[in-house]
Amino acid sequence: MEVQTLTYLIVGITFALYIGIAVWSRAGSTKEFYVAGGGVPPVMNGMATAADWMSAASFISLAGIVSFTGYDGSVYLMGWTGGYVLLALLMAPYLRKFGKFTVPDFVGDRYYSQAARTVAVVCAIFISFTYIAGQMRGVGVVFSRFLEVDVDTGVYIGMAVVFFYAVLGGMKGITYTQVAQYCVLIFAFMVPAIFLSVMMTGHIIPQLGFGSELVDAAGNNSGVFLLDKLDGLSAQLGFAQYTEGSKSMIDVFFITGALMFGTAGLPHVIVRFFTVPRVKDARSSAGWALVFIAIMYTTIPALAAFSRVNMIETVNGPDGQGVEYAQAPSWISSWEKTGLIEFDDKNGDGKMFYTNGENNEMKIDRDIIVLATPEIASLPAWVIALVAAGGLAAALSTSAGLLLVISTSVSHDLLKKNLMPDISDKKELMFARTAAAVGIVIAGYFGINPPGFVAAVVAFAFGLAASSLFPAITMGIFSKKMNKEGAIAGMLAGLTFTAAYIIYFKFVNPGANTPENWLFAISPEGIGLFGMLINFAAAIAVCKITTAVPASVQDMVESIRFPKGSGEARDH
Amino acid sequence: MSFKNDDKAKRYWNENIKLVLSLLTIWAAVSFGCGILLVDLLNEIHFMGFKLGFWFAQQGSMYVFVVLIFVYAAKANALDEKYDVHED
Repeated sequence: MEVQTLTYLIVGITFALYIGIAVWSRAGSTKEFYVAGGGVPPVMNGMATAADWMSAASFISLAGIVSFTGYDGSVYLMGWTGGYVLLALLMAPYLRKFGKFTVPDFVGDRYYSQAARTVAVVCAIFISFTYIAGQMRGVGVVFSRFLEVDVDTGVYIGMAVVFFYAVLGGMKGITYTQVAQYCVLIFAFMVPAIFLSVMMTGHIIPQLGFGSELVDAAGNNSGVFLLDKLDGLSAQLGFAQYTEGSKSMIDVFFITGALMFGTAGLPHVIVRFFTVPRVKDARSSAGWALVFIAIMYTTIPALAAFSRVNMIETVNGPDGQGVEYAQAPSWISSWEKTGLIEFDDKNGDGKMFYTNGENNEMKIDRDIIVLATPEIASLPAWVIALVAAGGLAAALSTSAGLLLVISTSVSHDLLKKNLMPDISDKKELMFARTAAAVGIVIAGYFGINPPGFVAAVVAFAFGLAASSLFPAITMGIFSKKMNKEGAIAGMLAGLTFTAAYIIYFKFVNPGANTPENWLFAISPEGIGLFGMLINFAAAIAVCKITTAVPASVQDMVESIRFPKGSGEARDH
Repeated sequence: MSFKNDDKAKRYWNENIKLVLSLLTIWAAVSFGCGILLVDLLNEIHFMGFKLGFWFAQQGSMYVFVVLIFVYAAKANALDEKYDVHED
């Protein structure tokens, strides 16, 4: 069968599966809509969290980023996994015991203040919209690439599918669909990686092949380790050493930190730990989520290294002198059509050559690394179709999770807790569904008319989460003395500083965005960690000179610190 | 109040804090320590075909993170049992 037909078939089957699950598990109450009734077993919840977490961007682009930046790419690998340790140890069990639905719920109750709740709602909505815009675009790109429709049509199809199961199913529907989506996406990611690992190193486990000697076509060891080969190629072609990278140590430190603390402050991740039955489950659920994430995240750098060697050798040839364009493998010309690869024969010798600097003749987009892997490794057509289905699963699962946070923020935090406290459960559920529907339309608009700054706003989302929500939540749990004045001052100080720094370097004066101009050589991507420190400092200072925390709130903090009685908190 | 007395509650919380801090020390040591601050030094050492610092940054830290969470879950659950504040 042809690739095209196979792709339609596999994508069609997976979509039918997702919608079937959504219908089977649709939500009947607000509790089911917001937190799946609080009854999701920890392993399943971990799997759903992992699918929610791994977006189209990490499925398609992350291996490419690591492949092109080597050691520097570690900031994402450590940053987007290390945050789960913070979640498990500092937040998940306590928030589960607290037992309400949302992050603004906790901030509002703990700091006995509508103002604090409002700041949290604004952060939650902003962060989620930032993300979802990029996701809808991702859906569009994957559809257009593999189904040969244009990007806008791809976005419309994606909107329709997400609408169906997020609006209908709520958290309950989403969680069970995400379990299915995780299985699809991890299978789609691992199959090509394993094939490539066997082909290049003879190891079936990519994580082991990563540190092994390369083998030749006959399967004999070449005596050269993959990573030594890469460092050698990098030196030869004038790139930074693959295993050393080019970012400064302080910047690597701060970006990793901002991503870790940002991850632990993202509302759509935190809310997953409200959905498990017990405090005990919240602890292990974070562990399972990280297991499922780490399967992909430890494979990514291996795939990145395999592809880099493979790509350089394909273009420059085994002798490093360049390969005749006329004899290039067919995947080069087929991806040239999409504009992701460009060949410009500068010296007119008819050979392709890839290097750092002005002699470079190849423009290679980083997304190629995952998208073209099946072709580079000459894998069967069904693998190509599978990668399409995997990319879509990643994009859809993340959009649905984000959409839910947006609709919950509007119907629960804004309407029920702020503007219309008297509405019935049924009415609130209707508002939640309406908000989800409106959210999809807005997200779809951004998907079709992407703001040019999608990549830049991702730094924004993590920076804001690290500098606003993370400190407010952790201080709320670990300090009984932190009062509302301190928390609000801290959130505003962290938020203002981080936002101002990012807006200045990314939007107002992008020309000045160089290490010499940065504060302590910290890039806008890493400034959230600094903003977090400012938040803590401001909160503690203001807390010292203002009124004490009411006794009832101190008792509440006392009660979330141990698990006993969590069942009562569930049905309030 | 689920604890027999305030002293017990305080002791439970102190033990919990000690557990969390010791695990977070390992968390920071493998990522910020071995993967970033000491990376050049550790890269002198070769480990299963990797430079050790690079391995921590792109493989090792993630494996340790997973282990840390499950160790925490097991120890925190045991602590709940010890002070009789586990869920029914």
